[in-house]
Amino acid sequence: MCANSPSFDPATELTGPMTSAVSFKQVSRHFGSVRAVDAVDLDIVPGEFFAMLGPSGSGKTTCLRLIAGFEQPTAGSISIFGERAEGVPPYRRNVNTVFQDYALFPHLNVLDNVAYGLMVKGVGKAERLKAAEEALSLVRLPGYGTRRPSQLSGGQRQRVALARALVNQPKVLLLDEPLGALDLKLRENMQEELKSLQKVLGITFVFVTHDQGEALSMADRVAVFNDGRIMQVGSPEDIYQRPKTRFVADFVGSSNVLPPDFVQRYSGQHRWGSLRPESIRVSSAASGDGVAARLVGTNYLGATTRLALDANGLMLHAVVPAGTSLPAEGEAVLLTFNRESLHLMDEPA
Amino acid sequence: MRSDRGQRAPLGLKIAAACGLLFLHLPILLIFVYAFTTEEKSFVWPPPGLTTQWFAVTWNRPDVWEALSLSVRVAAISTAIALVLGTLCAAAVSQTRFFGREAISLLVILPIALPGIITGIALRSAFALADIPFSFWTIVLGHATFCVVVVYNNAVARFRRTSGSMIEASMDLGADGFQTFRHVVLPNIATALLAGGMLAFALSFDEVIVTTFTAGQQQTVPIWMLEELIRPRQRPVTNVVAMVVVLVTLLPILLAYYLTRDGDQIAGSGK
Repeated sequence: MCANSPSFDPATELTGPMTSAVSFKQVSRHFGSVRAVDAVDLDIVPGEFFAMLGPSGSGKTTCLRLIAGFEQPTAGSISIFGERAEGVPPYRRNVNTVFQDYALFPHLNVLDNVAYGLMVKGVGKAERLKAAEEALSLVRLPGYGTRRPSQLSGGQRQRVALARALVNQPKVLLLDEPLGALDLKLRENMQEELKSLQKVLGITFVFVTHDQGEALSMADRVAVFNDGRIMQVGSPEDIYQRPKTRFVADFVGSSNVLPPDFVQRYSGQHRWGSLRPESIRVSSAASGDGVAARLVGTNYLGATTRLALDANGLMLHAVVPAGTSLPAEGEAVLLTFNRESLHLMDEPA
Repeated sequence: MRSDRGQRAPLGLKIAAACGLLFLHLPILLIFVYAFTTEEKSFVWPPPGLTTQWFAVTWNRPDVWEALSLSVRVAAISTAIALVLGTLCAAAVSQTRFFGREAISLLVILPIALPGIITGIALRSAFALADIPFSFWTIVLGHATFCVVVVYNNAVARFRRTSGSMIEASMDLGADGFQTFRHVVLPNIATALLAGGMLAFALSFDEVIVTTFTAGQQQTVPIWMLEELIRPRQRPVTNVVAMVVVLVTLLPILLAYYLTRDGDQIAGSGK
């Protein structure tokens, strides 16, 4: 090990109020000709719950691995709480990861799994087992220490992985699609639990997901990734209500993307626009002030019904509450919406 | 293998299976019986009498001890070399991506796929070319070629079943490379290494072909036995040694089988 490479020493560290938890400056990670991460600038505020959202292959996981130290940037600089991170191996970063497949050690029992980080740091046996037991209580698995990972359910394994990371008191906790393998009910419970855990601990959480609902409901701020670049960073409301690009509008909540010619008629500006499906009202009036369209399909989703509409060749989607009386498929309908809900996008792409 | 529980095999099939097993194992039983015969010049059936004197005779023959000692030492050192090289190679092939990875994997397995006589001739001419005199180490080198394969195959199968993110998780939790190897990698591949090692030991112990090309005047146990068959004197001594060899090689293979039967096949056990 290189003795003079930068490392995280709490004694020498200066965390002023302006220091970012994680800061990317023009960071790129190229694999041959593939630009997994391309000139990304990013600042994560200490103590926030930050989500990286994007389709698979968009670079969000590579960004996470750059923070963890499993990847090194090909260009740019990364700092974690003000400390340069390039060249620092994963085991000398005060950052811990909850892996997508949990990556528990099958040859150790749950307690030894959780205590692993303290064990390799040389913490005494009694002390580290006590800390591990406390961490297990924190994730609501007290008394599970003697079991093997193979004896646990998926949700329990996930909690053990969480406890194993948290016991090291990381400054940043990285979560790589941690809820992906859980079923819907469990996922919703874990979402709430993760969020309240983050509030209690005050640790910066960086959360990677391809599920826009998960990102919107859990995060303080969301970064939307596409093709190795960040399309937009903002609060969930920002991202959802005011998407900057067609990609964001489409990926987050599958908004209706409207071409400039259409938008010009309603806003007077020749720009791309987005309109949320739930902002569209559908009535069976044959004429009036609105967009004439034809109902081509209905999709029952339980609490809501999703409608496919054809407005002179422009395909639109609307979401109406369940129980709304609907015209039959194929009939003419009139679409209305508030002008404020039509959002104009800055960038065409 | 049973495909259908409850469904009984027809009688003809049972008899055929019994005959097959007898054909395979009766000759081995005969070797054991001849170790106790009183006739020393040729093997006659039935044995004219039974005696345990050959155990004492074998015990007092220095050539037996020399051959046994050489075989054990060769097997031990070849296995040790194979454990280190085979594990390193398996780790490289299964954990990393590099140019020529598939080719290397094939080249490692080649010595066990090639007939031993080819390996033997190749090694002998290589030793002659490099002017290396035959010694203990030439035998070890010859044996190591196929012992590496056995360890490699077992280790690579285990590495494939081991989640790659486990190593990353260990590093993430603060363990450096050495700690990760000691606390995560080694415990997870230990039984595979034990199984591979025992198989390698057993293979080396009864290897004849490669050994004849690389041993010069030295005699390992199998070579000693071949020579002994030509001499019409104290024949049952060979059988006593054969019994020992069966025990020495069978027990590790059985143990290896039980250690890895949960999904891992014992690659190369057919050699």
